[in-house]
Amino acid sequence: MATEVLVPLAGNIWVVLVNVGDEVEEDDELVVIEALKMENPVYAPCDGTVSEIRVKKGDVVEDDDVLMIIEES
Amino acid sequence: MVFFNNMGLLAVTPGMVFMWIIGLILIYLAITRQYEPLLLLPIGFGIILTNLPLSMLMEPGEGLLWRFYHYGIEWEVIPPLIFLGLGALTDFSALLSQPRLIFLGAAAQVGVYVTFFIAYSMGFSLQEAATIGIIGGADGPTTIYLAAKLAPQLLGATAVAAYSYMALVPLIMPPIMKLLTTDAERKIRMKKGRKVSAREKLYFPIIAAMVIILLVPASAPLIAMFMMGNLFRESKVVERLNETAQNSLMNIVTIFLGVSIGATMNAEVFLRKEVIFIFFLGLFAFMISTASGILLAKFMNLFTSNKINPLVGAAGVSAVPMAARVVQKVGAAADKRNYLLMFAMGPNIAGVIGTVIAAGIFISILK
Repeated sequence: MATEVLVPLAGNIWVVLVNVGDEVEEDDELVVIEALKMENPVYAPCDGTVSEIRVKKGDVVEDDDVLMIIEES
Repeated sequence: MVFFNNMGLLAVTPGMVFMWIIGLILIYLAITRQYEPLLLLPIGFGIILTNLPLSMLMEPGEGLLWRFYHYGIEWEVIPPLIFLGLGALTDFSALLSQPRLIFLGAAAQVGVYVTFFIAYSMGFSLQEAATIGIIGGADGPTTIYLAAKLAPQLLGATAVAAYSYMALVPLIMPPIMKLLTTDAERKIRMKKGRKVSAREKLYFPIIAAMVIILLVPASAPLIAMFMMGNLFRESKVVERLNETAQNSLMNIVTIFLGVSIGATMNAEVFLRKEVIFIFFLGLFAFMISTASGILLAKFMNLFTSNKINPLVGAAGVSAVPMAARVVQKVGAAADKRNYLLMFAMGPNIAGVIGTVIAAGIFISILK
């Protein structure tokens, strides 16, 4: 099943920590979003494989944009 | 012989040496701990300069630093210009999407008023008590603005107290926040508010300026500049002015603000026991303000199913955005997937406006 990882708070993508095809476990840090000079990690909602990444470093993201898609294992 | 008599070295007093040490401590904290360096560094240096005897730097009518102080702060030019920059930096979305959070910014002014009454009962004049109380709002330019108007003799002490406590927000606030909330409350995830349109954000500074100034005219200089800065931002057509207000102009006035505040702190004015009380009362005001925001949030939760995470209430003190960052950190410590930062910005910004209104009320009653 594919799970969308959504933006929890608006900001800029500071860094993307995973690549397409990476295996991730629940609670792994996937992306760091910078907002108000604060780095906010976004965590994996489930175990699985990253099948698609829709953002890159420097992108401006809004609440509930899709960051990436994880195929649940 | 004339040279020796005019040499400052022989006129140095122990009080001046003590003030040099205070100046050096502020410079040290600014550099090594990065405590509000943009302000504490020039303040610290200004303190040393003003305590070098016979230099005439603060001599009324002729001293260089006196001119900065007189035309910048006594003439009420610098704090409003800082507010112009703050307005240009402020995004009101967080507030407009959940207007109920305004109440939390208002609750955080409780510390200002409680401390005002305590300071007055301790023997400070009404004007001095108001100046001390406003430290609870944790808003530097507003504190300076009010002090210059009501109690200029306390300006240095209250300004340093306000900026010190703003720097210490990450140390002072979390224990109070943890004491007054349960683990379950800290884990409350708040529902996102509605989306705010560009048009609403454009109307807001115009309407807010009119309403607030009509209600509390004495707050006009700060509110006027704050809302004009915000209008620069939201109009999207004066990007150059917006950018200048946020950066270059803000940096320029900060230089004169810092050194002027430091220059008011000469040994005779600063080394009195009242100053110790000012620091304690200021800290007390700040702690009460933090607590009252949290308690109001808990109280509001009794009447609503759309729960507020009470940590967000602590951000009603206006230290923007430090207080909101602390809320985010304490919230994430309880539940790392809880992102409170943007929710905390609502009361945080309301707190700035609340403190300015509180100052305006003091000025209209006590001036």
